[in-house]
Amino acid sequence: MTAIVEPTSIQIGTTLPDLVITADPTFVISTALATRDFQDVHHDRDKAVARGSKDIFVNILTDTGLVQRFVTDWAGPRARVKSIALRLGVPLYAGDTLTLTGTVSAIEGDDIHIDVVGKDRLGDHITAKAVIAYRSSHE
Amino acid sequence: MSPEAIVAEAERIKAAGDCAPRLGRDPVNQPMINNWVEALGDTNPIYVDEAAARDAGHPGIVAPPAMAQVWTMFGLNGFRPDDDPMGKATELLDAAGYTSVVATDCQQTYHRYLNVGEQVSVTSRLSDIRGPKRTALGEGWFITFQTSWQVGDEVVAEMLFRLLKFAPGTGPAPEAPAGERVTPLVSLDTEFFWAGTKAGELRIQRLPDGSLRHPPIPALWKDKSEQTDYVVASGRGTVFSYVVHHAPKVPGRQLPFVVALVELEEGVRMLGELRGIEPADVQVGLPVQVGFEKLDDAATLPFWQVTA
Repeated sequence: MTAIVEPTSIQIGTTLPDLVITADPTFVISTALATRDFQDVHHDRDKAVARGSKDIFVNILTDTGLVQRFVTDWAGPRARVKSIALRLGVPLYAGDTLTLTGTVSAIEGDDIHIDVVGKDRLGDHITAKAVIAYRSSHE
Repeated sequence: MSPEAIVAEAERIKAAGDCAPRLGRDPVNQPMINNWVEALGDTNPIYVDEAAARDAGHPGIVAPPAMAQVWTMFGLNGFRPDDDPMGKATELLDAAGYTSVVATDCQQTYHRYLNVGEQVSVTSRLSDIRGPKRTALGEGWFITFQTSWQVGDEVVAEMLFRLLKFAPGTGPAPEAPAGERVTPLVSLDTEFFWAGTKAGELRIQRLPDGSLRHPPIPALWKDKSEQTDYVVASGRGTVFSYVVHHAPKVPGRQLPFVVALVELEEGVRMLGELRGIEPADVQVGLPVQVGFEKLDDAATLPFWQVTA
């Protein structure tokens, strides 16, 4: 569902609705393939375990996509995503749940900065900063 | 290879600059966008609905900006060209023993959204190398790559991607558990049992009627000088029940650990730590075998381990 947020109502400290992702094996594998990432650790449990992981885990391109979805679910289709900076933390293994939370941390001109944290059972999986903007009125 | 030699070689890779532009396999296309939004659960209509995209100020359907890298992924059977800086830097650090890798940062900047039909190409270069650094994973080098996606000559998206290449097994040793292990209290009634563990035997008390009893009971009306009668167990049994101990801390132990109630082949049940298995993998009925750990000259503890 996409809610339309009026830019005027956004201020520093505004929190975004949480997004909860059930990272079951179907999610891990389908997102890896949809991002054209065929590394075995994202779809083959035996090989992931042989490489020292507990299970298959979510790939980085999916994390970027999730942060993008999280901010535009809230900001609506008119928002433009300008940048996403991810710091990668603990893995998100199949079977775990990721909860994304976010807060508007700064507003600079048209740019709205959003701090995003994605936590799973092991801790912080994603620590991200996203910048979005709405088209200026003259455009 | 010395750190100076690694830096010198890395500087050569840096100085080579961008690799040759590499075209994505397919132009920006609706089927790949559809797969992506479906897998990610992204319902933003501008990626699938022409009218919604125009309403939002786009010339038509646009690709999710986070797909920038997707258009130029190598694919299942792809390979890195010889001039690819990530391949070169990886070879250099692998050869120096820094064979493990973990990504630490990924910063993407989207200069504009891509339209269906556009053909994207990618270039990348090594932009920074720092090390050797001591990290929680081991001694390693942080290497940063700058990647740029273009349509024609126009840069549409950029990425800084930082990896840590580290030498496995060079991280700090696991912290020693705090405090001394608790040693068993030995009484006249249990002395035979603890003498057994020191001797590598699991001894079970035998009552006058021939039945076996554990833990040992005292009320047998024997003279102090008489030995407790016992049999030596095979040491084999199965998990009858167990708990995973998460808290509180126990002196000399790392949490969590598993305490199993094991039903021995001889029929009695005995408690002990179950080792060598992830707590999540323990099951009732698991076959186990006794092991013995010498704590000090006075005490040896039995524990359980899963039999292969």
